Amino acid sequence: MPTTRRQFLSLAGGATVAGTIPIVTLRPLEATPAMLNAAIRNVVGEAQIHTGRIKLDIPPLVENGNTVPMTVSVASPMTADDHVKSIHVFNEKNPQPNIGNFYFGPASGRAQVSTRIRLADTQKVVAIARLSDDTFWQIAADVVVTLAACTEEMN
Amino acid sequence: MAALINVPSKAKRGDIVEIRTLTSHIMETGFRHTADGNLVPRNIITSFTCRYNGAEIFRADLFPAIAANPYLSFFAVVKESGKFEFEWIGDNGYSSAASASITVE
Repeated sequence: MPTTRRQFLSLAGGATVAGTIPIVTLRPLEATPAMLNAAIRNVVGEAQIHTGRIKLDIPPLVENGNTVPMTVSVASPMTADDHVKSIHVFNEKNPQPNIGNFYFGPASGRAQVSTRIRLADTQKVVAIARLSDDTFWQIAADVVVTLAACTEEMN
Repeated sequence: MAALINVPSKAKRGDIVEIRTLTSHIMETGFRHTADGNLVPRNIITSFTCRYNGAEIFRADLFPAIAANPYLSFFAVVKESGKFEFEWIGDNGYSSAASASITVE
């Protein structure tokens, strides 16, 4: 019996599904490419990274990756004993994993920084805060980018 | 180089004020190519510092992923009248500075 189009498609579809399942299950829930991980470890060292305390405001969908507004903040009293030392922002798919490092002190009053960044692709942005007790707190946000930045041709 | 600084001119002692800075810079990433295939060399601002009456209150390391004409906004506790000094340092010996005064009552 000749294979009908329907049978072929269901077979092909089945093979695709079967083929992708192992790949998906092998990856951790929050897959971070090696470069991003290395950049984070470079800052954090061997310390444990907790989730929470830090807030990352970035639009979930941006049309132009050349300038994406971003605000990172940490709820902290910013006293001499309890303040945010620094906030580090990373990306997943730009040519370079770093976006910026921002250093604060008790004289900052509020651990918050706003800037505009470039994103070369739809990707994850990760922000990590280092508190004065040397604990690290992170947050990640997914951003969909329709026009990529960084690598386009120059006219 | 042109820089736009936004600092409130007056504040109460102990207030937390927002400081906004914008400077003009191409922030060339070093990852772009011209139409004939040559790499455009990197030319970015790598460091920004804000001092308040001589003491550093905010510092940033910038990377090519910061958009052109870097904008930065951050906060400071004001305890006495004085001057905020801003400094941008970048590739190819780039350096630019600005300042703003604040009156604290």
